[in-house]
Amino acid sequence: MARTLAEKVWDDHVVRRAEGEPDLLFIDLHLLHEVTSPQAFDGLRKNGRQVRRTDLTIATEDHNTPTLDIDKPIADPVSRTQLETLRKNCADFGVRLHPLGDVEQGVVHVVGPQLGLTQPGMTVVCGDSHTSTHGAFGALAFGIGTSQVEHVLATQTLPMTPFKTMAITVNGELPEGVTAKDLILAVIARIGTGGGQGYVLEYRGEAIEKLSMEARMTVCNMSIEAGARAGMIAPDDTTFAYLRGRDHAPEGADWDAAVAYWRTLRTDDNAVFDREVVIDATELSPFVTWGTNPGQGAPLSASVPDPASFDNPSERLAAEKALEYMGLTAGQPLREVAVDTVFVGSCTNGRIEDLRSAAEVLSGRRVADGVRMLVVPGSVRVALQAVEEGLDKVFTAAGAEWRHAGCSMCLGMNPDQLAPGERSASTSNRNFEGRQGKGGRTHLVSPQVAAATAVVGRLAAPADLTEVTDVRTPAGV
Amino acid sequence: MEAFTTHTGRAVPLRRSNVDTDQIIPAHWLKKVTRDGFEDGLFEAWRKDEEFVLNRPERAGATVLVAGPDFGTGSSREHAVWALQNYGFKTVISSRFADIFRGNSLKNGLLTVVLPQETVDALWELTEADPTAEVTVDLVARKVLAPGVEAAFELDENARWRLLEGLDDISITLRHEDDIAAYEANRPSFTPRTQVA
Ligand code: SF4
Repeated sequence: MARTLAEKVWDDHVVRRAEGEPDLLFIDLHLLHEVTSPQAFDGLRKNGRQVRRTDLTIATEDHNTPTLDIDKPIADPVSRTQLETLRKNCADFGVRLHPLGDVEQGVVHVVGPQLGLTQPGMTVVCGDSHTSTHGAFGALAFGIGTSQVEHVLATQTLPMTPFKTMAITVNGELPEGVTAKDLILAVIARIGTGGGQGYVLEYRGEAIEKLSMEARMTVCNMSIEAGARAGMIAPDDTTFAYLRGRDHAPEGADWDAAVAYWRTLRTDDNAVFDREVVIDATELSPFVTWGTNPGQGAPLSASVPDPASFDNPSERLAAEKALEYMGLTAGQPLREVAVDTVFVGSCTNGRIEDLRSAAEVLSGRRVADGVRMLVVPGSVRVALQAVEEGLDKVFTAAGAEWRHAGCSMCLGMNPDQLAPGERSASTSNRNFEGRQGKGGRTHLVSPQVAAATAVVGRLAAPADLTEVTDVRTPAGV
Repeated sequence: MEAFTTHTGRAVPLRRSNVDTDQIIPAHWLKKVTRDGFEDGLFEAWRKDEEFVLNRPERAGATVLVAGPDFGTGSSREHAVWALQNYGFKTVISSRFADIFRGNSLKNGLLTVVLPQETVDALWELTEADPTAEVTVDLVARKVLAPGVEAAFELDENARWRLLEGLDDISITLRHEDDIAAYEANRPSFTPRTQVA
């Protein structure tokens, strides 16, 4: 029978299938971080269990780590306890850990791919919803809860109920200045935050094939914001070129065998998806969110919508609440929304290409007076690469803060937070109430829009900026 | 895991859709390394408002949460389930739950019940008009009962069995050790290892 990509990967991992039971799936890679693992290790201890496959498990520290003064003890005692707990758990159970200060440390979803541990056709799990990022390689990757983390640690398997499949076909080419982030925000606005529920999304079509691996990760990363179980992109030469030579990529005969297998990981021509959505890439433009869920977005050129324009009563109510929280009024042009803070980083847009594109916009320009801009690389490796390319200098010369790697203001578990009522343009993935700090207001944007917004002080795209020579005039002159 | 057969209690009508896990339990609570003590973090931001439904004296001791659609969206944090349970909720009713949240809830014995929005509306109206009204969630009969409301709900047989028996997944899976070992023996050699065994 003709099968989709997701179905092929699933089938290849079934350890046990029995009538009336969920399939038991083998897990090829288990990523751990400090927030969702302590209670799982605790459970193992209580039941006298071991980590079954330490060779398929890896941990890093990201959510709580400070982005300043990382050589000093962490000020917040609770954050410190959580990191110390992870260190002790990894030591006790023999799990490889990249702690703060290590060259491989970083946001878990940046670290896995960059080490070459995420490969096509694998099952990848992590106690973190943005595990969908790894689907960019044609892996079936999903976020799990702490009970499931414990289950995978103990058994290297997970009982899973089947999913439905949805094709998101993006035809045509993205226009100049429109990025993967704009694309995925537009997809979520189209299908809604619950639209992907129960589905594994497969992104396909010309616009997707043309994306770099990093841009594909941005797209897959946000699948969860559409409610999907996972997002996937079929592996191709772009994928293989990215993987080749990485630390954990196969070598020699294994490489050839792997590529031969990976090439089979495509949806069969006559396979049927449960749902199909078609998007015309040529109609897309820079996209920003105006509300408090990632589905509440609109083109930057648009205005804040009127809640009354929503037919669905619960959407209308949600829009009313969102505008109140966000301090916006219906009809206000989005380009007039002024921000206090700009955040470039996270597992969505904290990779080297993201930093490059933000730096390109900032080069020779200044962050507007009264705007604070934080640039937080997704991993130490990304940071080192950026320094090698001189990007850090571009950021600091523009008046932005160049920070240490971690999740940072994406969720504000460390001191990087918005104050109540403060407004940010953020390259992260969630604009939920209070996500970036109590009372903080978040607009999700691409790195380019983030950088342009920093310069103007209001939501803006690079195309809105005047020639660099004009902007160079020192502020206040 | 505590078994769930049938539960009767007073309800909290939560007229909000898209209640994400950051609202259920804000991130700063995630620093705890235990499974208990999350009750004060539940809906923390909203609870600052005295008028918030959970703060109303007549809702004290309620155990059934009746929520709007798309409850539990966002992060995978199981803490959201623990917070609801620590606070005293035994069951949550909504017309639609986010997948990960739903999975987490059922693994912890918090029964998430999917009912059509009209039934949720009816439960809202009932429990808003009469805070003492009791709602029964009967997993054996797969029914929700309240004055003037009777609605059947679906739950897949396996999840239901585990809840009814209070069985934990790991011990069930470990019965299939032979299958796991057989699968492991056949994995291709090119699959990556995080460390050399
Ligand atoms: S960067 Fe943000 S979304 Fe990504 S893992 Fe960290 S907290 Fe989660």
